[in-house]
Amino acid sequence: MTFLFGDPVPLLDDASLMDSGIIDSTGILELITFMETTYHVTIENEEMIPDNLDSMSRLARFLAMKLGSTAAVAQTPV
Amino acid sequence: MSTPTFSADLLKVDCAREADRITVVLREHVLRHFKKKGVVVALSGGIDSSVVGALAVRAFGRERVFGLLMPERDSSPATLALSRHLAHHLGIEFVHEDITGILDAVGCYHRRDEAIRLVCPEYSSGWKSKIVLPKVLEDDQYRIFSLVAESPAGERSEVRLTLAAYLGIVAATNFKQRTRKMLEYYHADRLNYAVTGTPNRLEYDQGFFVKLGDGAADIKPIAHLYKSQVYQMAEFLQLPENIRNRPPTTDTYSLPQNQEEFYFCLPYDKMDLVLLGRNHGASAAEVGGTMDLPAEQIERVYRDIESKRRMAAYLGAPPVLVEPISAVY
Repeated sequence: MTFLFGDPVPLLDDASLMDSGIIDSTGILELITFMETTYHVTIENEEMIPDNLDSMSRLARFLAMKLGSTAAVAQTPV
Repeated sequence: MSTPTFSADLLKVDCAREADRITVVLREHVLRHFKKKGVVVALSGGIDSSVVGALAVRAFGRERVFGLLMPERDSSPATLALSRHLAHHLGIEFVHEDITGILDAVGCYHRRDEAIRLVCPEYSSGWKSKIVLPKVLEDDQYRIFSLVAESPAGERSEVRLTLAAYLGIVAATNFKQRTRKMLEYYHADRLNYAVTGTPNRLEYDQGFFVKLGDGAADIKPIAHLYKSQVYQMAEFLQLPENIRNRPPTTDTYSLPQNQEEFYFCLPYDKMDLVLLGRNHGASAAEVGGTMDLPAEQIERVYRDIESKRRMAAYLGAPPVLVEPISAVY
């Protein structure tokens, strides 16, 4: 991801990516596209909310949940 | 002394005085500063360009206002009819330049359709489309564009856009606004005229324009007027009723698209009030009280306004120089 563009200011885990001006609405779309293609998860419309995407810690938690549910589905016996 | 209560009355404008003020500014800048003989106005048949056209006639006389009618393949049939009606109503010289051929030559439609096929592979000739946003009021969900595609049989489907598809569609359709501006400057150069821009305050504030497209102009006479004030001016200027009654439209995609679907959160009259409230420092509860909407929803629109202002700052910014050059401009 290229959002920080080499900015030396540290990004705090809980800082809002939108309120800090790090990403805009196009950046959110880039973020969603990145997560879907990199981690092979599908992000539903109702999941595209600040609680899931608007800080590094929220992203990490959301992604872990998505990957966990993907893994759980993969491991479900047929 | 008590603070005045926030209300829709703040949008009422003294139209006669405002028309005088605008015509003074138009004359001062176009004639005296720019040393131009008149203005070019691109007429879309919508309320904003019609009001600018009428104000320009008040400022310069009808013989110094040149109208341009520039529909293209995806324009509503009403666009040409209404813009021609307005030009006749104002009594100005005008020319109809259909820009479909230019757009075809530059690959506007082809490039747009290629981008659409990234998310809708079956899209081909005979299909129609538009891009739409979900409503902002209902929840905190980020507003991500979807494509609405309609097959020749009339079957509609909606799919969320990927980044590449979204950027590709917008980049291609932006040829439309940029082509129109290119022709406006051609005629302005030919006539030694200046070019008007027609954004209202909502559009100017929120970045609802294409950089170097409809965002480019020598003068923007109604950029300080909220959309509902533009309607008041239209009535004062006695513009034809069919133009005053036309619902605002983007007129850019092959399927009809209103401005709420594409950009704004609310219909213009409500959006005006929320933006006015934001600009006057009114609380979300105060603003919500004027339109029966909960404060929570107004807060969402406030956040959306600030988010769009960040984008508008880029769209409206002049090119950056490494250091100021004070000898010019």
